[in-house]
Amino acid sequence: MGKALWRDGDVISGAVLSALGLYIFLQAQQWNYTGPDGPGPGFFPTWYGLGIVALSLVMVGHKIRKGALAQEGAIDWRAAGRGLGTWAAFTVSVALYKPLGFTVSFALLTCFIVAVIFRRPLLTALLTAVGIAAAFHLTFAVALDVALPTGVLGF
Amino acid sequence: MEIATSLLHGFAVALAPANIFWCFVGCFLGTVVGILPGLGPAATIAMLLPLTYNMNPAGGIIMLCGIYYGAKYGGSTTSILLNMPGESSSVVTCIDGYQMARRGRAGPALGIAAIASFIAGTFGVIALTLIAPPVAAFALSFSAPEYFALMCLGLSLVVLLAGSSLIKALLSMLLGLWLASIGTDLFTAQARFTFGQASLLGGVDFMLVAIGVFAIAEVLSSIEAGEEAQLLPVPSGLRNLLPSLEELKACRFAFLNGSVTGFLLGVLPGAGATIASFISYGIEKAVSRHPEKFGTGVPEGVAAPEGANNADTGGALVPLLTLGIPGGSSTAILLSALIIWGVRPGPLMMQESPDVFWGLVASMYIGNVILLLLNLPLVPLFAQILRVPVYILYPGILGISVVGAYSVSGRLFDIALLAGFGLLGWLMGKLKYPAAPLILGFVLGGAMERALRQSLTMSQGDMSLFLSRPLSACMLALAVLLLLSPLAGRVNRWRVRAVTENG
Repeated sequence: MGKALWRDGDVISGAVLSALGLYIFLQAQQWNYTGPDGPGPGFFPTWYGLGIVALSLVMVGHKIRKGALAQEGAIDWRAAGRGLGTWAAFTVSVALYKPLGFTVSFALLTCFIVAVIFRRPLLTALLTAVGIAAAFHLTFAVALDVALPTGVLGF
Repeated sequence: MEIATSLLHGFAVALAPANIFWCFVGCFLGTVVGILPGLGPAATIAMLLPLTYNMNPAGGIIMLCGIYYGAKYGGSTTSILLNMPGESSSVVTCIDGYQMARRGRAGPALGIAAIASFIAGTFGVIALTLIAPPVAAFALSFSAPEYFALMCLGLSLVVLLAGSSLIKALLSMLLGLWLASIGTDLFTAQARFTFGQASLLGGVDFMLVAIGVFAIAEVLSSIEAGEEAQLLPVPSGLRNLLPSLEELKACRFAFLNGSVTGFLLGVLPGAGATIASFISYGIEKAVSRHPEKFGTGVPEGVAAPEGANNADTGGALVPLLTLGIPGGSSTAILLSALIIWGVRPGPLMMQESPDVFWGLVASMYIGNVILLLLNLPLVPLFAQILRVPVYILYPGILGISVVGAYSVSGRLFDIALLAGFGLLGWLMGKLKYPAAPLILGFVLGGAMERALRQSLTMSQGDMSLFLSRPLSACMLALAVLLLLSPLAGRVNRWRVRAVTENG
C-alpha cells in the first residue's frame, strides 16, 4: 500500500507543490513585508506561498487517510509514453535550434513524430517532414518575413 | 438612444472592408478549429495572438473573437458526424446529434445546430449590447478595494466550477498567481523569483504560458489518446441540410431556452459554455412532453445545447469588457490581447476605445450571419478537414506554436520556457488539475496584487477596509460562501456533477 501511495499522482504533485510553496514563502521572507508606503514585495507571495503549502498538505493528508483507495489516482505512466516521448522529442528539437536552425530541427521532429510515434513508413515520414518544414519556411520566413531561429546553415 | 447611436458607430467600424475581412478570417478559422477535435479556441487564439501584434486593435479583436465564437459553431459538426465533440461545449450535442445522423438525419441535425447557434448567438449579442452599458456605468463607482474583491469573487467562481477537486483548482490558481509574480515588482523594482536569469526580469510572457498550457499540452494529450473515429456520410446540398417544418416547430422552446440559459451562465465567471449546454439540455428534457425520447435523436436535444453554447459568448463578454474580469481561458487570452494593444477593458472602455468596444459588438452581429452562411452550405467542405491525417496536423500545431512564441521576443530562452509550460499543461491534465484557474490567476495576478497593495496603502495596512465598504464586503462574503459551499453535501454533489459533465 505504501509503495502504491508514493506512485500516486496526487501525493507526488502534492509533495512537489508543498516544496514549491515553501520555497516561495522562504524567498518572500527576504523581501520587505511592509514598507513606508504600505505592503512590500514580500507581502503577496508570503500569503499565496503559505496557501500552496497548506492546500497541498491537505491534499496529501487526505490521500494518505484514504490509504487503500490510493491506487484510484495512480497514473499509468506506460500509457503516457507517447505524450512524454513527443514532448522529449520537441525539447530536443528546441535544443537543436541553435546549431541547426528551426527548419532542419522542425523537419527532424516531424520525421520522429510520424515514424516513431505514429508508426508510419519511413518514406512517408521523410516526405511529410520535408513538406511541412518547407511549407513553414516558405510561409513564415520568406512570404511573411517572420524571424525564425537560424542555425549554422543560415536558415 | 445612446446605445443605438453607439451601435451604429460600431457598425461603421465593423463594416470597414478590412474589418469584415478579419471577421471572416476569424469565423472561418474558428469553424475549422471547432471541427478539429483536440484543438480548442483558447489554444488557437494564443497561437495566433503574436501574429496580430501589429494589427489595428479593432481588426485584431474582431478576428480573435471570431475564432472564439466560430469554434462553437464548428464544434457541433464533429459531434454529429463522428460522435466525438470538436469542443467541450459540444459534448452534449453528441447524445442526440449522433443518433440523428445514424438514422440518416445528419443533414437536418447539422442544420438545426447552425440555426440554433445563429438564433442564440444573435440573442447573446443583443443582450450584451443592452446590458454592457449599465454594468459599466455601475462599475465606475469601483475603487481598488472593490476591484480586489471583484477579482476574488471571479476567481472563486472559476475555482468552484473548474474541476471536481476544489483543492486542485485552488492550487492551480495559486500557481498562476506565482507565475504572475515572476519578474520585477513594479512598486519597488525588487526582482522576484527570477533565479538569477536576466531574461526573467521582465516577467514571463503570457503568450508562453497560454500556448504551452493549451496548444502544446493539447497536442501531447491528443497524441497520447491516439483516438481515431469513423466519419459518418456527410450530406451534400443545402436542401439536405435544412430541417423539416415539424423539426423546427419542435425546437421552438429549445431555441429560447438555449439563448436565455446560455447568456445567463455566460455572464458568470467559471460557468462557461459546457455547463450552459448541459443545463439547457437538462431543462429541455425536463419540460419536454416526451423526455424518454431524449438520447434517441430528437432535434430539441441538438438545438438547446448548441444554442446555449453560442449565447454564452455574449454573456462571457459582459464581465470581460465592462469589468476587465475574464470568466474563462479564452476570454483571459482576449483580455491579454486587449492589454497588449493598449486597450484597457473595464468601465471606461466604451469611452476610451469606442471603436474597439462597439466595433467588436457590431462585428458579432455580422459574424453570426457569416457563420450561418459558412456552416449551412459549406458543412460538407469543412467536414473534409477531418480527413487530414493527425500525423500532419500535430507537428503543424507544434510548429505554429514555436513560430508564434519566437516572433514575440526572438529569444530561444522563451521557446525553452514554452516547452516547460507544455509539459506543465500536459501533467496538469493527467493529474486532473484544471488549467483555467492557472491561466486566470496568471492574467489577474498582477492586477490583483496591485489592487490589494493600493487598498492597504489607502488604509495604512488596515484589513478592515475591505469589510467597511459595503460592495467589497458583499463580494468578499459571497466569494467565501462560494468556496465553502462544497461543504454542504447537496451543493457539492451538484457541483461535482456539473464539472464532471464539463470535463
